[in-house]
Amino acid sequence: MDVSWFVVLSAFIFCIGAGGVMTRRNPLVVLLCLELMLNAGNLALIAFDRMHGLGDGQVFALFVMVIAACEVVVGLGIIVALYRRRLPIDVDDLSELKG
Amino acid sequence: MLFEQILFFVAGIGALAGALGVVMLRNPFYSVLSLVAHLLALAVLFLLLQAQFVAAAQVVVYAGAVMVLYVFVVAYVGGSDDPLARDQSGVIGQLGPVFAGALLIELTIAVLASSLGALDTRGADLEPGYGTPAEIGELLLQRFLLPFEAASFLLLSAAVGAVVLARKRRGLEPLEDEGAG
Repeated sequence: MDVSWFVVLSAFIFCIGAGGVMTRRNPLVVLLCLELMLNAGNLALIAFDRMHGLGDGQVFALFVMVIAACEVVVGLGIIVALYRRRLPIDVDDLSELKG
Repeated sequence: MLFEQILFFVAGIGALAGALGVVMLRNPFYSVLSLVAHLLALAVLFLLLQAQFVAAAQVVVYAGAVMVLYVFVVAYVGGSDDPLARDQSGVIGQLGPVFAGALLIELTIAVLASSLGALDTRGADLEPGYGTPAEIGELLLQRFLLPFEAASFLLLSAAVGAVVLARKRRGLEPLEDEGAG
């Protein structure tokens, strides 16, 4: 398979994730869609690494996974804190920082 | 060769279906399960790209550990049904799919019209150890030692941050029913 197939597939996944981030209102699902976008980036990194054959892109993908794990931990912590304070679990209702 | 193509299309369609499921399904719990299916399909694609170690890490760390965290939080918060609220959620909610489609067209044009000649090949000739844990470990501990250590600090600070965020704040502002948490 040519490398471009994988890159185009990753573009599809990235756009599905981006659409989800913009349309969904539950912050849990927004986090899931962010995971989709990060994974699309991982797929592109690994496809380009296959193109060059050096192994650097795979290490980059591992770092992306580390950063995604950190983002998930902090994001889910915020959601649990919201739930404990009886705030609405809805990104459109949480607009106190809007200024 | 033919087997590789069949595997690519099966895994690619699985990954796309999983991604669409994450966005479309109403119940967040089903969205999480759909993401697990998506991650497994992606691991197959990584294997097709000769990235064995990353594929294994994807299955064990991502589809295993991170998704368990999601399932726990969805069970705790209670997955309320959340339709694709196009009617309530303003301009961005309605134009979101349009933006996503425009982004897709732009990215596809960028890939197809790119002058990277090697995109239309199967990639470089590989050395024997490509993608094995031995090579990844060597790269991590030699060339990428500093980012590796920085990543460990990042994980530590994320863990501390999660504990601070999720603990009970006594004294600052009392919760409505103290014993319920």
